Amino acid sequence: MLTAVAISLDGLGFAAWLFLASVGLTLIYGVMRILNIAHGGFYALGAYSAAWAIGLYTQTGQTIALTYLIIPMAALIVGVVAGLTIERGVMRHMYGRDEVLMVLVTYAIFLILEDVTKLIWGTDSYIAYQPAYWLGTIEIFGIPYTVYKFLTIGIALATGFILWWGLTRTRTGKLLLVVINDREISSALGINVTLFFTATFVIGATLGALGGALTAPEISVVPGIGAEIIVMAFAVIVIGGMGSIGGAMIGALIVGFARALSVHLYPPAELFSIYIVMALVLAIKPYGLFALSEGRKI
Amino acid sequence: MMKSFDRTEVTLLLCIPVLIGLGFILPQWIVNYIQVSLGTGLVAISVMTQMRSGLVSFGQGLFFCIGGYTAGMAGKFLGISDLFLLLFLGALAGLAISFLLGFLLRRYREIFYAMLTLAVSMILFGLLSSTEELGSTDGFNLASPTYLGWSPEGEMARYALYIATCIPALLCALLLHRYLRSPMGFVGEAIRENELRVEYLGTSAHKSVHITYVLAATVSAIGGVLWALALGHVDPEMTNWTTSGQFVFISILSGTGNIISPLFGTFILEIIRVYAVEISPNTWQLMIGSIMLLTIIFLPKGLWSLIQPSSSVVRTTLKKSTKDSKETSS
Repeated sequence: MLTAVAISLDGLGFAAWLFLASVGLTLIYGVMRILNIAHGGFYALGAYSAAWAIGLYTQTGQTIALTYLIIPMAALIVGVVAGLTIERGVMRHMYGRDEVLMVLVTYAIFLILEDVTKLIWGTDSYIAYQPAYWLGTIEIFGIPYTVYKFLTIGIALATGFILWWGLTRTRTGKLLLVVINDREISSALGINVTLFFTATFVIGATLGALGGALTAPEISVVPGIGAEIIVMAFAVIVIGGMGSIGGAMIGALIVGFARALSVHLYPPAELFSIYIVMALVLAIKPYGLFALSEGRKI
Repeated sequence: MMKSFDRTEVTLLLCIPVLIGLGFILPQWIVNYIQVSLGTGLVAISVMTQMRSGLVSFGQGLFFCIGGYTAGMAGKFLGISDLFLLLFLGALAGLAISFLLGFLLRRYREIFYAMLTLAVSMILFGLLSSTEELGSTDGFNLASPTYLGWSPEGEMARYALYIATCIPALLCALLLHRYLRSPMGFVGEAIRENELRVEYLGTSAHKSVHITYVLAATVSAIGGVLWALALGHVDPEMTNWTTSGQFVFISILSGTGNIISPLFGTFILEIIRVYAVEISPNTWQLMIGSIMLLTIIFLPKGLWSLIQPSSSVVRTTLKKSTKDSKETSS
């Protein structure tokens, strides 16, 4: 019983984290057909900037409460600056090219971002535990849980809801769906496709950075977290079907619970349980569990 | 089968005595780098072979690692130290596993191929990282090999291993080159251009992809064995996706024009890395990334297209010019 509770709570916690880390990836793929490896770079940049800013802030001795503002601010700044620079500087010259080539382009950008992170923040680890610590813990069936974890779960749910609402209930979102459906026709209809692409890329980058920034208080931020998260995010969005936000949620839950199960029942399997699930899903349903079947256009 | 050797094959065959000769002349550290980069070079050419079919493998490290670990485990648990037997076992392991995985992977193209190869290689990464018998993330060391009962020592052992690396490596390169020039190899290029048409013409694209995958895997496994023996050490990083990414980088940089270019590219990169890491350790990936980006944008066919305007380049320019003329006429 205790283990079951622990597994479900941990599973939810992992799932929330994974969803936040991968939803930007699936959004960018859905709209732009770009499998963005650089997403791992955004995640790392977000984590570093948040951890660094929180560290600077807490040194001043002010109230911890404001650090909860620092996290989204850091993510937003990273997302807008890095996202805009990369989209305007590189990606826009490559639109319409082969999907595989775009993977390689984003891989190159990922490598660059890895070192940019190192150049800015060095190779030391950053620890910014204060926001996670300050909220305290609550006991559920005798197991202590940080309130911060529940906050993350809440934010993940809110993010999912806002994206769903934005896409299906607003004019802009509906226009975006048109762009997803047919780029050429929508630009013929007078929709500014370029603007939509830029906006999507920036939003996706911000979400990636937010995933990193929110995780920063719970981990020690070290070089290489970007490379680690991107494969997990791949697993998540592939399971759910790339480009689907609901799919990313389900994928995050599946991967999150797979990981929680192995952590509690058989710890050595923690790392590869994720990829086993991914490979199994791919072997049975190649294009993910929730991918829409795509009609041939020609 | 082709009876005669073409220019690339002659070059590869000539490289064997030249490299062996250089092994006695050049300073030891360069020889070491040649030896190491022959191992990784084999993985790079197998990534390139798949790229000919339009398949980008982000998990070729899997077979690199399988080769290395097979050799290591054969020595550790079975006490086998014979180089030929180790090479055979490594190649066999790569062949067997890739043959089975091939049934799954041959159904995928483009980014799905990239991601599934990555997923499979990361499964092994997770598995090895948590296996304490095999040293977890630290890996373990390999003993120096013997040759049909002959176990050289000191300087002699180094030369023997160097020679034993050069010959199989270059022969593997020759084999892959032959494959790419065979009818089956050309089917790969046809798949890249238009898979549907290949099927209509009556050839199985699945079969061709499967064969390419297995061949590439076997050669990578041999590369893994040679690399592991050269370094005397294996660890799970061999199958991490970042390692596989480097092989992709080499293939992009050198282009898919010729089998020799990735081999050469690996060596150059290995040398540059030594200095780059020493001078400025935190900008190595930045350099690699920038070079890759510039290559993709300005030299889509890789550096090889600079050295030799090969027939494929001529073909594409021809295609372009006919297209242009069509457009102007219509």
